[in-house]
Amino acid sequence: MKLATLQALNRARQDRRAVALVTDLDSGEERLVAESAIASDPLGALLAVQMRQGKSARVEQDGRSYFVTVHVPPVKLVMTGAVHISQALVPLARLLGYDPVVVDPRTAFASPERFPDVRLVADWPDVALPPLGIDRYTAFVALTHDPKIDDPALAHALARDCFYIGALGSRKTHARRLERLRAEGISDQALARIRAPIGLDIGAISPAEIAVAIIAEITSALRLESGEKKPRLPA
Amino acid sequence: MIPASPDSPGGSLASDQEILQRAQDWREQGKGVALATVVETWGSAPRPTGSNLVIDEDGNFLGSVSGGCVEGAVVTEALDVISDGKPKMLEFGVADETAWRVGLSCGGTIRVYVEKLD
Repeated sequence: MKLATLQALNRARQDRRAVALVTDLDSGEERLVAESAIASDPLGALLAVQMRQGKSARVEQDGRSYFVTVHVPPVKLVMTGAVHISQALVPLARLLGYDPVVVDPRTAFASPERFPDVRLVADWPDVALPPLGIDRYTAFVALTHDPKIDDPALAHALARDCFYIGALGSRKTHARRLERLRAEGISDQALARIRAPIGLDIGAISPAEIAVAIIAEITSALRLESGEKKPRLPA
Repeated sequence: MIPASPDSPGGSLASDQEILQRAQDWREQGKGVALATVVETWGSAPRPTGSNLVIDEDGNFLGSVSGGCVEGAVVTEALDVISDGKPKMLEFGVADETAWRVGLSCGGTIRVYVEKLD
């Protein structure tokens, strides 16, 4: 591989752009194909399939053998609420290779002592969220129990098309939340994307167990479910 | 058992981003670098296609292609690739005659493409 190709690949990954790396296994030559350039590539049809499945694979065309490596952005995990559950979520997210960010305007909660070594933004969602570049490769979880913080953050996550959006709270709490967001003009179709009560049902009780349930639900959203919303990562 | 590389405190848990960035950094520092990629898997292979292991001319490495079973062999082959510049296709599996030494205990088979970073 040429250094220039690797530099371009690393740049695309830093900018959170999806790309396919095509290596001709006979000649050793390679090229980088941006998502937008797939249609015009000689291997376009094959690349489109691999990109859609998020799978790197060996492919054959016209008697030649190629290896296609699919690079989609790493998952970002944004949470509102510098609470116990997020203290457990941060290391779990790290373990899975996600990039965690904690947002909470309440500085008593959002302190570096409670959250060492993680990106912590002690500001309100309207200020904190836009610079985070939340996109469809982002999972968002609302954990504060405070509508003043969680509601605008959920609206932002829906607008940015996050592949996973979860909100802490009982069915009753969530019903009230949906009423408020509906009153803000958010459609029922969009609101149906919010997962609440949050997390897979594993009988979680402690904050750490709830964090495990949330991470498991994010993993299933990433790996199992179909549809355009889902980014598919090559593990 | 593969000794952990001094450059990879995270071992096989290093993210793809770190692995490919490390390869770039090494090359930009003027080191000889090889990139190993899992291109095919059969059966229960431990790492999916597209997984990377990067190796420098001193045998430092980051990433994984198998979860520890064959990395040592890949590193050895990579040093050849770095010195002669010719890419190699390696295959590992239980059917391999060297199975006891560097085979995959999971019973799968993997094919690994090793190329030099020019």
